[in-house]
Amino acid sequence: MSGVTLVNLWMKNGAEIQRKTVDTKPFITNPRAVEKCARYVDTDLNRAFTPENLSASGGKELPYEVQRAQEINRLFGPKGSPEAYDVIFDLHNTTSNMGCTLILENSKDHFNLQMMNYIKRAIAPASCLVLLNEHPLLKYSTSRSVAKHPVGLEVGPQPQGVLRSNIFEAMRVILKHALDFIALFNEGMEFPSCTVEVFRVSESVDYPRDANGNIIAMVHPNLQDCDWEPLNPGDPMFQTFDGKTIPYQGTGTVYPTFINEAAYYEKQQAFVTTRRETLVASAIRKA
Amino acid sequence: MRTATGAEAGGDVSVRAVLANPRATRLGRRYLDTDLNRCFTHAALNGPLSDAPPYEMTRARELDALLGPKGSPRAVDLVCDLHNSTSNMGLCVIAFSDCDWICLHVFRYLQRQMPDIPVRYIHLDVPDEESFSLDSVGKHGFALEIGPQPHGVVRSDIYTAMKDGLQHTLDWVRLFNSGAVFEGGPVDLFTAVGHVDYPREADTQNIMAAIHPKLQDQDFCLLRPEEPMFQTFSGQTLRYKGSEPLYPFFINECAYYEKGVALYLARKRSVTLPTLRVHKKGHPANFVSVQEEE
Repeated sequence: MSGVTLVNLWMKNGAEIQRKTVDTKPFITNPRAVEKCARYVDTDLNRAFTPENLSASGGKELPYEVQRAQEINRLFGPKGSPEAYDVIFDLHNTTSNMGCTLILENSKDHFNLQMMNYIKRAIAPASCLVLLNEHPLLKYSTSRSVAKHPVGLEVGPQPQGVLRSNIFEAMRVILKHALDFIALFNEGMEFPSCTVEVFRVSESVDYPRDANGNIIAMVHPNLQDCDWEPLNPGDPMFQTFDGKTIPYQGTGTVYPTFINEAAYYEKQQAFVTTRRETLVASAIRKA
Repeated sequence: MRTATGAEAGGDVSVRAVLANPRATRLGRRYLDTDLNRCFTHAALNGPLSDAPPYEMTRARELDALLGPKGSPRAVDLVCDLHNSTSNMGLCVIAFSDCDWICLHVFRYLQRQMPDIPVRYIHLDVPDEESFSLDSVGKHGFALEIGPQPHGVVRSDIYTAMKDGLQHTLDWVRLFNSGAVFEGGPVDLFTAVGHVDYPREADTQNIMAAIHPKLQDQDFCLLRPEEPMFQTFSGQTLRYKGSEPLYPFFINECAYYEKGVALYLARKRSVTLPTLRVHKKGHPANFVSVQEEE
């Protein structure tokens, strides 16, 4: 609810998100889903921006979110073209204990890397981690991918349908720093080369399921809420409903995240594993 | 859920597991048309139905036929309704009565058997005729409410707490049926006295504040007059304006936004439980609770 609440606020009074040199537009991507207090109506909007969907014909016969994706692509894209918006911030909450997480889709997006570095420094000692999803199979076609520099902002833990003031404020502060960065960049500030620690998506792990697809185990209490902490081979991973432990059997230490996200049960994902990496961001300055 | 019938040495008990709202469960929602857990008043169960009644009104009547009828001698002895909450409530036994000694003794038994988790009794001070939830269909009944857990998520700690709570409840029933004596004594319970809605915009009814960070997750911690209650989106603190310190619960429960409830408030009270023992009359499954005079 944080993103929806913030955007509604800004649509009524956008002073907080205005910067002299930046043109900002608050926008609700899925108003019908918001009305139903659901993630989506027909199909997940945040997976809908595929080339097939964006070029599909059928008008009002198409699933609601496909129509919506085409509309968003018209308003803020077209995706991949020079007319597309420079940046889209996609505001999300998660039931996982991820804290503040910035999601990057391209390890060579130096503008985004510099922005994320700026945000991390601005909110220190509070933490904001960077999740990089460049995985050829696990990467997905997000709403934000319409823009040249897509930025996902994921803040949790927060239950669906609930507004927690600490989560709300955290999202608000990160947006403030992000917009400050863009304003500074537009005013000609140079940002020297820097390094950014990221967590690169490695593997998606599903719940153990029976022959009918029903889950037969839960995230183990030792793993629950331990997003970003090392998970070593042999560590408890799942607990069956009658109390048996199923250990992690990967080959090395990984850093799990999106642990027990409500929206991902249907996507067959209990958590993703990531590996730590340091990326180098080139110096940038507005041309 | 598996259906289980258990007959153990020393106390027969017949247990029936029922999924109250299977269609809503399949969709991952609380309800389809209307909140099932408000459909069990006498009026809702027995009044006329429209031509196309909400799914849950029909379902409530099916459940009443299965487990009730409510108020009749054929109703099941005990209904235990399993709920989760997004609020930080620990384990709560929620009932309409503050003098149903079965429910209260079960509650005290749970407190003693589960020392690692906060266990509390919430008394909804609603007259019998107006009781509205599924647990009111049985001769005795309560909701077992456990949180915090987000909607649509299974947390192992919450699942285990619910499994244990249910197991201890069944153990109590078996002990009771086999003639165990449950000593009387004082227990604390929380009697609901009111609720507070979110501040809302007059025209749209959209909420304009969130539970204050100092109140968030502080279920059952005393809220005193003038203490912070909400924080508006412009950062202003709104304070509790009541004159009596009360105990908040169901703070920031997801399902209650639409019911105009940001939190409930309760008075803490002490009641004295009588000593309880089953009075067997032939068939082991029949019982009458007996209050022993000291």
